[in-house]
Amino acid sequence: MDPTKHALVPKHTKVSEKEKQDLLDTYGITLRELPRILIKDPGLGKLDVKEGDVVKVIRSSPTAGETVFFRRVVAA
Amino acid sequence: MAEEKPEEAPESETAPEATEAAPESGAAPEATEGEPTLGEVVEPRVPLTPEEERALREKFEASTRYVNKKVGSIFFGLLGPKMIKKMARSKIVTPELYDKEGYPVDGGLMDVRLGVIDPGLRCKTCGSKLKECIGHFGYIEIARPVIHINFVKIIHTMLQCSCKECGRVLIEDQNIQKTREQLEQIETDEGVEARRDAVKNFVSSTKKMNKCPHCNAKQEKITLEKPTTFMADAERRITPIEIRSRLEKIPDDDCWVFGVNPESARPEWMVLTVLAIPPVTVRPSITLESGERSEDDLTHKLGDIVRINQRLFENINAGAPEIIVEDLWDLLQYHVTTFFDNEVAQLPPARHRSGQPLKTISERIKSKEGRIRHNLAGKRTNFCARTVISPDTMLAINEVGVPNSVAMKLSVPEIINEWNREYLKKFVENGPTKYPGANYLVRPDGKKKKITEETKEAILEELQPGYVVERHLIDGDISVFNRQPSLHRMSMMCHRVRVLPGRTLRLNPAVCAPYNADFDGDEMNLHIPQTEESRAEAEILLDVQTQLISPGYGGSAIGCIHDGISGNFVLTKFLELERQPAIDLLCAVGIFDVSKLPNKKLITGKEIFSTLLPDDFTFHGKSKNGEEVVVEKGQLIKGVIDQKTVGGEGAGEMIRALQKDYGSQQTIDIIHSIFKLGIEVLLYTGISAPVSDIDLPRAANKKIQELLVQAEEEVAQIIQDFDAGQLEAHPGRTVKETVELRILEILNKARNSCGDTIRDHFTEGLNSTSIISSGARGNILNIVQMAACVGQQALRGKRIDKGYKGRTLSCFKHGDLKPEARGFVRNSFRKGLNPKEFFFHAITGRDSLMDTALRTPKSGYLYRRLANAMQDLKVEHDKTVRDANGRIIQFIYGEDGIDVSRSEKGVINVDRITRQA
Repeated sequence: MDPTKHALVPKHTKVSEKEKQDLLDTYGITLRELPRILIKDPGLGKLDVKEGDVVKVIRSSPTAGETVFFRRVVAA
Repeated sequence: MAEEKPEEAPESETAPEATEAAPESGAAPEATEGEPTLGEVVEPRVPLTPEEERALREKFEASTRYVNKKVGSIFFGLLGPKMIKKMARSKIVTPELYDKEGYPVDGGLMDVRLGVIDPGLRCKTCGSKLKECIGHFGYIEIARPVIHINFVKIIHTMLQCSCKECGRVLIEDQNIQKTREQLEQIETDEGVEARRDAVKNFVSSTKKMNKCPHCNAKQEKITLEKPTTFMADAERRITPIEIRSRLEKIPDDDCWVFGVNPESARPEWMVLTVLAIPPVTVRPSITLESGERSEDDLTHKLGDIVRINQRLFENINAGAPEIIVEDLWDLLQYHVTTFFDNEVAQLPPARHRSGQPLKTISERIKSKEGRIRHNLAGKRTNFCARTVISPDTMLAINEVGVPNSVAMKLSVPEIINEWNREYLKKFVENGPTKYPGANYLVRPDGKKKKITEETKEAILEELQPGYVVERHLIDGDISVFNRQPSLHRMSMMCHRVRVLPGRTLRLNPAVCAPYNADFDGDEMNLHIPQTEESRAEAEILLDVQTQLISPGYGGSAIGCIHDGISGNFVLTKFLELERQPAIDLLCAVGIFDVSKLPNKKLITGKEIFSTLLPDDFTFHGKSKNGEEVVVEKGQLIKGVIDQKTVGGEGAGEMIRALQKDYGSQQTIDIIHSIFKLGIEVLLYTGISAPVSDIDLPRAANKKIQELLVQAEEEVAQIIQDFDAGQLEAHPGRTVKETVELRILEILNKARNSCGDTIRDHFTEGLNSTSIISSGARGNILNIVQMAACVGQQALRGKRIDKGYKGRTLSCFKHGDLKPEARGFVRNSFRKGLNPKEFFFHAITGRDSLMDTALRTPKSGYLYRRLANAMQDLKVEHDKTVRDANGRIIQFIYGEDGIDVSRSEKGVINVDRITRQA
């Protein structure tokens, strides 16, 4: 079974180096301040990520319909 | 920084020597050196001349007077023997407390140099009086070292992880440095918690080493026999002397890998050679009425320690056999252990002669009654009152009725100036016993004077600008009103005082909802702010009207309840009044401008209601039964007023719209008049829930009986199918589950159709129907249960199947699935329940009682943890939600960036906004 295909698992995509920098700049933060995701998280599926990468999560929200979230990948 | 070691360690601010003294005392074993001595007087007591005393006192005061520093950081460390001696003003050598004259013995536990606890005396150390002198430490030399109970665990790990010969940590040199750096890195990256975990991991991997990598010595396996005995290879006892010398051998650099900072906490300090004696101010004795002195528990315990210590000294010096010395040594260990903690699992607690356990240092600090939660975190306040509450609809929504007796005890300070002098004089003239009077006068120098009948005249003479009069509460004073549990911000709101006769605090029932209050004996608290700043803050931030829109659901937390709702329902649905009664109604509500009433003979309820609304108010909404409610230009044109338009707790859509258009102040005034109008209407028409409401016409009764019989037949059929094995299971269910589900479904359907039948036979009017359909109270199910059928009694969402084996009661057959054998109550409350039904009803009744009683504290604790976890989350200017460390929790608050308290039930009503534009 592939959990990333499940209806309840939101879509995870890797953020490019440039987008990542833009993200950090818009919020005036360093990687430290971003929420985290474990590298072995099943939601990441076969995504080619390493520690320090940022993933974009698009998920449904009861208040906003759809919402975008960013997480930095951390090692176990 | 070292791991936190809570002890009576002074923080660096008060004892700057702490850090300086620590390194020099280093690894030097000072207290164990030399022969134990006894009876040596540290400094001979010289009576101080008055000049000396004054000089001493001035010096001390000068050192304490101008402390004008900010606490930058606090660190916790251990007190080393040198530090203890340096702190101490007296060496304690005798267990005696007082001599024959009752004067404290020099070198005793109540030594006068340790502080003052008697009024009138001056401290022999600092020269200050009682309450000014904070007390001074003493010390005793312990004949043989003993282990400090609170450090047994870390002593154990240190012994396990260090070499018994050379004292080095049992890892290679380069690894020590590496581990240290790793720990630093972990602390900067992930914080202190993670660092502690890392230390733990390091320890558990190191203690398995059985050979020292530095000196190749073979290591023994060290076990702890609780509470304080250490064994090597489970056969040889390691004495505290040996433990101490082993800890001394651990080099400073190696301490860091244990998470210990050797500058503030040398490992050997965990084995005591010198014991700090807390000041007498920490353990004051009390004088009983008989003149006898009763000593504090700590003093008792210290007396034991000193006594045993003395005997141990004597025995050692006399060269007593080792057995006796060891026995005494163990005893000393016991006393020192219980001095720190009298609740050690393996030790019998030290007791009073009465058998009640002594309260020693640990017990003073920990638990709910301890220093932290009881005295430090537990806040108490003056200028507050607490009594039973009761309702008063004539009070404005932001008022609180205060009993006369309370108003004369609580006070508000008012500063006299030229303009209010005469006004305040009247309060003083009335004195403390006549309302409105004054209780105290405060002079500009801060001296407080009580106003009494006798002192009144003199005080009146004295009054002048700059003095402060603490006058009684009067109408309009600012107060903060609160009901526990204070779960949201509406649990504390600012109300204006209204002094009333009676003995209860009165509040408008419209604010019951935010406080979650009722009048079955609830008590509430009232606080009177004492400064201009706090009053301003209360008015601006806590006023009832500012709390109108709940940040939880974006609707009005405050609205009409009960009669306020059903009254307006009756008014707007049924009533048509002649002009005079209509005007009477409005006057009773407090509306004297009746020009808004149409100029005709008969006036409808809708028109009367409309007089309360602003002239240009427009509102479109739905009522509870789904019909449209339309207000155009301040006139209720269509629909009836009910819970969905004027109710509280987020229900009242009209109230939400009023607040949006006219602001909070006007809205609460309108809520108040609507509420009063509802009550006046019901006083005029009368309303009740008569027994006839549950009388059903014969046809309806017949219909209901038919419905029930039909349901029972259906159930019987299902049971028959089940018994015959012909029942088909629902997907994902067993056949047994399927029967239950099908039966439950049929029975519930039957009762619901009973409800429909009853609804069809409702006679609309001034009875339960209006109460129910307005949403004021109750629902159709209550009527069904009274009139037709109580229905299935459910236990944990299932039919009742407990009791006997395979059956609920002994009068049923095993495995009987019939409705009546599984808790179906066919009768109505009116008809009466038969014994079996009654029993089933009692089962579920008791269960739900238990459930609420057990669930309340659990959910309360859950809420508390949630609130504590989220208390410092904050919405920043860029709309992100961040914690105290600046880490992002949400990228946009609530994922939609809406401030709920400015929304309409969580959404921005674009329709309404465009209509207005």
